[in-house]
Amino acid sequence: MSSRERILGRVRRALADVPPDDTPYEQVVRRDYLREHGERTVEQTVELLAENLADYRAVVHRCTEAELPSLVARLLADRKAGSVLVPSGLEAGWLAQADVSRVADRTESTPDDLDRVDSVVTACAVAIAETGTIVLDGGPDQGRRRISLVPDHHICVVRVPQQVVASVPQALERLAPARPLTWISGPSATSDIELDRVEGVHGPRTLEVLLVN
Amino acid sequence: MRVALFLTCVNDTLYPDTGRAVVKLLTRLGVEVDFPMAQTCCGQAHYNTGYRHEAEPLARHFSDVFGEYEAIVTPSGSCGAMIRELYPRMGERARAEGRGDTLAAVLAPVVPKTYELTEFLVDVLGVTDVGACYPHKVTYHPTCHGLRGLGLGDRPRRLLQAVEGLELVELPGAEECCGFGGTFALKNADVSAAMGADKVRNAESTGAEVLCAADNSCLMHIGGTMTRLAVGMRPVHIAEILASTEEETAV
Amino acid sequence: MSRTFVGMPVFPPPTHPAFPEAARDAVHNHTLRSNLRHATHTIRAKRARAVAELSDWDRLREAGRLIKDHTLRHLDRYLVQLEESVTAAGGTVHWAVDAAEANRIVAELVKATGESEVVKVKSMATQEIGLNEALLEEGIRAYETDLAELIVQLGNDRPSHILVPAIHRNRGEIRDIFRTEMGAWGRPAPDGLTDTPAELAEAARLHLREKFLRAKVGISGANFMVAETGTLVVVESEGNGRMCLTLPETLISVVGIEKTVPTWQDLEVFLQTLPRSSTAERMNPYTSMWTGTTDEDGPRAFHLVLLDNGRTDALADQVGRQALRCIRCSACLNVCPVYERAGGHAYGSVYPGPIGAILSPQLRGTASEIDASLPYASSLCGACYEVCPVAIDIPEVLVHLRERVVEGGVAVRQGNKVVLKPAKGHAAERAAMRAARWAFSHPGALRTGQRLASRTRRLHPRTLPGPGRAWSATRDLPAAPAEPFRDWWQRTRGGKDGAK
Repeated sequence: MSSRERILGRVRRALADVPPDDTPYEQVVRRDYLREHGERTVEQTVELLAENLADYRAVVHRCTEAELPSLVARLLADRKAGSVLVPSGLEAGWLAQADVSRVADRTESTPDDLDRVDSVVTACAVAIAETGTIVLDGGPDQGRRRISLVPDHHICVVRVPQQVVASVPQALERLAPARPLTWISGPSATSDIELDRVEGVHGPRTLEVLLVN
Repeated sequence: MRVALFLTCVNDTLYPDTGRAVVKLLTRLGVEVDFPMAQTCCGQAHYNTGYRHEAEPLARHFSDVFGEYEAIVTPSGSCGAMIRELYPRMGERARAEGRGDTLAAVLAPVVPKTYELTEFLVDVLGVTDVGACYPHKVTYHPTCHGLRGLGLGDRPRRLLQAVEGLELVELPGAEECCGFGGTFALKNADVSAAMGADKVRNAESTGAEVLCAADNSCLMHIGGTMTRLAVGMRPVHIAEILASTEEETAV
Repeated sequence: MSRTFVGMPVFPPPTHPAFPEAARDAVHNHTLRSNLRHATHTIRAKRARAVAELSDWDRLREAGRLIKDHTLRHLDRYLVQLEESVTAAGGTVHWAVDAAEANRIVAELVKATGESEVVKVKSMATQEIGLNEALLEEGIRAYETDLAELIVQLGNDRPSHILVPAIHRNRGEIRDIFRTEMGAWGRPAPDGLTDTPAELAEAARLHLREKFLRAKVGISGANFMVAETGTLVVVESEGNGRMCLTLPETLISVVGIEKTVPTWQDLEVFLQTLPRSSTAERMNPYTSMWTGTTDEDGPRAFHLVLLDNGRTDALADQVGRQALRCIRCSACLNVCPVYERAGGHAYGSVYPGPIGAILSPQLRGTASEIDASLPYASSLCGACYEVCPVAIDIPEVLVHLRERVVEGGVAVRQGNKVVLKPAKGHAAERAAMRAARWAFSHPGALRTGQRLASRTRRLHPRTLPGPGRAWSATRDLPAAPAEPFRDWWQRTRGGKDGAK
């Protein structure tokens, strides 16, 4: 007998007390919890996103579409970034004013190659106000998962209000499970020393989120 | 209203003052109290130590003795929780063991009419000011089974706040267990004693003269720790505070 | 002598003292007590605030309970569905009955890549099966990359907490471990390393960076597996998880079968309750979700090892199976007054605290001294149940397992129905319980005993001999009253005669 059959057999014997007409999933799980917490206008939801991102030490900037290229250029210059990783589908205009060398997101790049790049600029799939979270789904303007991980500085552009949802349930509705997803809430952090939170471990230690109208 | 006092075996044997206080308090509030002489023990210690089957005859006996009363009042959060929470579970377990519904049916009548003392005062009699006088500085320790089992909430505090002359001070870490836990106090004596010592130190830090709780088992542990650590405080059951009146304090 | 793990290792192998003895040293270790007190009290207050932010917490908790219970009640169906989904998405599914089989599968998969080192995401399941030790015997070195796991690994120590395995260490001790041990494992600690948490985190970053960048094989567990989509979820903070899940060419995830949830939508419950319960955050810094493999993004090969290792035995117990709802948040450890004073090591298992006290004796059985003592490692205060985000009634299961210890009875071990004998060492207690039951069934006998106690009260010693010493070593005994209540009641007709 294979281990698969053995385990499934054990499970079935263990559940001998469960009747064949046990209440089906759709009826058993009451989803009477809230779809979002509190009532907010669209602008208030964006405000909450900004607040919660900042609360977990992301640096938040707000600008218009027209101001975006100069803001991105300034942030990269402030970091003295010499190179920036660019997802293949990133809007070309975003980096138009930046004076840095652009590194394409390519299959052939080794982790060491990525480690030599100073910054990365990506878009996102959705942002969650209540938790201060941005979610990347590997779309063309976000690139492979590793490019937003290895460089120490991540600039993430969120289009507001259309990419912002209030809550976790609303975010899951918008996301496709088959895509590789990365949920990011602030820069990397740890609570492993005396259960006290410290920012900055393996992921980007600086996360800048640009909320673009 | 005819009410049976379920004093509990611990109070009957070791803390008769608490029993007398309950009788005095309820009588003062116009309640006719009876003490069924056949009462013994709810079976909690057996049940919680793993001897559920030994606890069953005690639960049946309890139901026999108290089944006919309108209400059953007990000055113990943990014994109250035993009857209200765990008697139904004993019935369920007997059913799961293929022994039918008999035990559940025998125990069912006593479950909804059993009240912990402060619950009975606040919810059934509808009083918070029981006309007591107790001119002392008191801190209150909510015992675990009263707090988390029965959900006594702020009832004991409301009763204490209405006592004339009583100064109620907040106990740091109030909701943390004192470390009694029945046979836990013997089986894990080191951890139990460490919890007890921390509870007593917290109580001492309030500057109160009295640590009050609604369960003498916990107070036995806390009080025994207090005298051993030579802390100048005394443990007092809430019934004894609520039963105190001006005439006595004047003496 | 060679030793084979057939289940979860009881460490330090082969035996571990019973809980009360194991806890004794911890109780009297002031540094440990102060480290644990500081850490657990910090997180307790934060958790309470994070939970209070959600007005529907009770409903989320109830939904979590229902989802998990339903899944467990139909686990066979959901496991088959999960296997189909993962396979359809490009993954390979393996089934492991016990620790030995899981370790063998992983070792063979690593060897097939030609690699001799792996990077690991913090995972309770791989701790449970002793994977690192098993891989080492096969010549494969496993690097722990979670900060706390790194501290434990470098210190040749044992984990003492589910979320923060090095919770028993303070910053000064961590600095010392980094200074003396990092060099032997790779890049040494920076010169002049201080004990500020930020510097310690930086030292870990530098030390592990080279390992992440060259790793070809990553090993993880998972917090959730979605049956309908085949998606696995890892919830973390530091980014070490992302490194291990995305940089290597091969990813092997070892996951307990109970981590399954039916649908994608179910995640909306647990992604709200888990972070707030564990690190007391609205959301943890990083959550990775992957479904099989993705072309040109992340590992090219993905293996899922589904682990039983005692879980089906627990599933067979109608009271005990609720322990399998656990999402490993650690809230019960952080709130437990016993854990706070005894420390995690006393539980003799990778699962310490209240959840460990009900999980270990179910996964491993109650035959060993430690496992038979774990159900008693609680005052039944109920704080664990109150904070549990999936409403596991831990006190109920503890009492149920106490019953199994003292009464024995039918249980399932390694898939077979067995009749357990009552545990040794409870004979005196059993006799006492029976005697008490007899006395309590005969009010006359009870009364005789009470009167005897009252009349001999002047003779009562202040301290007790034998088992009673456990009480009187630290607590005074209450003085017996002049008469029991029932005598007063009868004498005065309930005080109506006016007598005092």
